[in-house]
Amino acid sequence: MSSVAPAQQSGPVAEQASASTARVAEIRRQADGVVGIVLTDPAGGRLPDWAPGAHIDLVLPDGTTRQYSLCGDRWDAHAYRVAVLREPSSRGGSAYVHDSLREGDLVGLGGPRNSFPLVPAPRYLFVAGGIGITPLLPMIAQADMVGADWTLLYGGRSRNSMAFLDELGRHGDRVRVAPQDETGLLDLPAFLGTPREDTRIYACGPAPLLDALADATADWPSTSARTERFVARERSGSGSDSSFEVTLARSGRTISVGRDETALEAIGAAGVDVLSSCRQGTCGTCETTVLEGRPDHRDSILDDDDRQAGDCMYPCVSRAVPGDRLVLDL
Amino acid sequence: MSAPTLGRAPTIDVDPFCDEVLADPIPLQRELRAAGPVVHLSTYDILAFARYEQVHAALVDWQGFQSAAGVGLTNFRTEQPWRPPSLLLEADPPHHDAPRRVLQKILSPRALRSLREKWFADAEELVDEVFGHGPRVVDIDAVTELTEAFPLRVFPDAVGIPQEGRENLLPYGDHLFNTFGPRNHLVEEGEPRAGDLLAWTSRQCRRDVLAPGGFGAEIWSAADRGDILVDQAPLIVRSLLSAGVDTTVHGLSAVLHAFATHPDQWARLRETPAAARVAFDEAVRWESPVQVFFRTATRDIEIGGRTVPEGHKILMFLGAANRDEQHWGAEADRFDLGRDPSGHVGFGMGIHQCVGQHVARLEAEALLTALARRVERLEPTGPPRRHLNNTLRSWESLPLRAHLA
Ligand code: HEM
Ligand code: FES
Repeated sequence: MSSVAPAQQSGPVAEQASASTARVAEIRRQADGVVGIVLTDPAGGRLPDWAPGAHIDLVLPDGTTRQYSLCGDRWDAHAYRVAVLREPSSRGGSAYVHDSLREGDLVGLGGPRNSFPLVPAPRYLFVAGGIGITPLLPMIAQADMVGADWTLLYGGRSRNSMAFLDELGRHGDRVRVAPQDETGLLDLPAFLGTPREDTRIYACGPAPLLDALADATADWPSTSARTERFVARERSGSGSDSSFEVTLARSGRTISVGRDETALEAIGAAGVDVLSSCRQGTCGTCETTVLEGRPDHRDSILDDDDRQAGDCMYPCVSRAVPGDRLVLDL
Repeated sequence: MSAPTLGRAPTIDVDPFCDEVLADPIPLQRELRAAGPVVHLSTYDILAFARYEQVHAALVDWQGFQSAAGVGLTNFRTEQPWRPPSLLLEADPPHHDAPRRVLQKILSPRALRSLREKWFADAEELVDEVFGHGPRVVDIDAVTELTEAFPLRVFPDAVGIPQEGRENLLPYGDHLFNTFGPRNHLVEEGEPRAGDLLAWTSRQCRRDVLAPGGFGAEIWSAADRGDILVDQAPLIVRSLLSAGVDTTVHGLSAVLHAFATHPDQWARLRETPAAARVAFDEAVRWESPVQVFFRTATRDIEIGGRTVPEGHKILMFLGAANRDEQHWGAEADRFDLGRDPSGHVGFGMGIHQCVGQHVARLEAEALLTALARRVERLEPTGPPRRHLNNTLRSWESLPLRAHLA
């Protein structure tokens, strides 16, 4: 894509630089209703490491936060790629990405986080429905790299709506493309074959596909199938990097965290040192107990249950849910 | 060809693994940092980094500087490793991913919360045993009585290995960490026992010997869930036994030696016991129990104005980076609780960063808290004695006098 929009001209977002900000380096059409977006660090540095199955939180300039699977190449530490489907019912989120986001814009970044990790196995069966192909792309690349035996069944409405067919083309018969308007619904039982101990099944797509997969794998060992439901996870409210207040319970002091600094920096500037290391939300060193308030978690460590518990946070990257004041055990 | 590029970096002829340097690496570290961002070590014909900037950059760049060719001098691409390679330390993505993910969860701060109370109680018990309730001045050797005794009391139990044979843990680790260096007299002296120690260690990794509920059993549960392959489980348990004992012992020795030689800092800790965590990390920065690790370039890589040719080993001086004045300021050589040691590379950085760091910190916090409660002042009673190891900076003996509160 050729559009060049210098950051200064892209509106108020341009000033929202923070520890977790990325620049939209490229927007490219991938299929009907699907754009691929390449993100880079505004300062040209490395982006946090990730593994297949990971997603990031993208904090869009209109204030919505959406989760997208990373579908690029992790051997390139300087770029993330995500693919965004235009959801018919979308208000912010995907509609914003398709209609308003421009190359050069800045976006907020959370994670990457991985609740769909690829486990080692000699053989994989991948099943993708529509945009559910995105987390599977890097898995396929790795399965191929380690010489595993793998096959992909990729369904979609029509060939034109299916992203990344060109990239998948090089894998020959390992990839079975099954557009619904040509071949009907996916024939999962035929694709899966008889249950095998050595095989892991990875599937991502809309709920009906995953329900069908659950039926089709009823006779498989319970650890065989791993799925991620593709839902338009739209978290409302959680804004871009707004300022918020933190109370340090042991001294009773309240400090304010500006929009372009991290909580860790603000706490440190107030003379309270919190031990840290990676400053990317990956190592766990800065873990801090939360006594009150809801954190806006942006780390790569806590899983959904941990987040639900809401009792700790990583102030090197995480912030407060807008409107909340955090009380920390510091 | 690569040779001319190598030739352009300033050359240092001193062998960083000779006894004199291992006994006191600080002067060489200074010389290396001053020589330039990239230095050529003629003894091994390799490039080395001693400044924080390049060490940090190399640590995080797993794409460019791989670990699977070995993190010691031996290049696994061309030479046979002495033991089956580690699935963590000596692995690259994608193979590194699953073992790392499993271990990281088992050793996360949240998972360790259940051990905290027990370890704090164990530390108090040990400290009471060592100091008793009689005289108010007690002479000890801090290495045998505290810094070896405490990890050996809590860590093998946490992993879940049997009592018998635990005396093999430290010698196994000692030999392993020697083997990351050149095959010098330290390696040769360890070789006769190496086979037996490795065999013993490997036997402790089997499912049937590991106690339920421990880190080891949890690794096997991860295999049952399919998160790792069943044949990977024993080697992942082995990583705990290899990397989790000697390192912590030397980290604890470092912090006690630091306090014995900096009584004002001990007073400060006694005033603010919550500083124990920062104190330990400051000691890990200051002493760097793990001094060096190697990587192998996966392509020609430009760093510090030089090119590291594909396939060449590089040596990262973690200890030198942790005392780089450019990064830490003019007082980098001082042990100072007022410093924020965050960002030190004593635990490494990036995807291989020490997965056991929270375990080490918890052990240290427990021991320091118990000591701060009972000991008013620590002082050396005789010259401390170094234990030489190609990778680890360690003490064999720390004779200390404790004045009890
Ligand atoms: C003060 C104590 C310790 C120090 C100074 C230390 C230091 C380090 C360093 C520098 C690395 C990075 C190696 C590299 O980048 O190639 C590392 C990795 C590792 N450490 Fe530690 N360590 C300590 C304690 C522990 C403990 C207690 C455990 C186990 C519970 C442990 C287990 C490991 C493992 C398994 C790795 C490999 C991680 C990977 O490659 O992903 N360490 N450690
Ligand atoms: S410093 Fe590593 S998680 Fe915050």
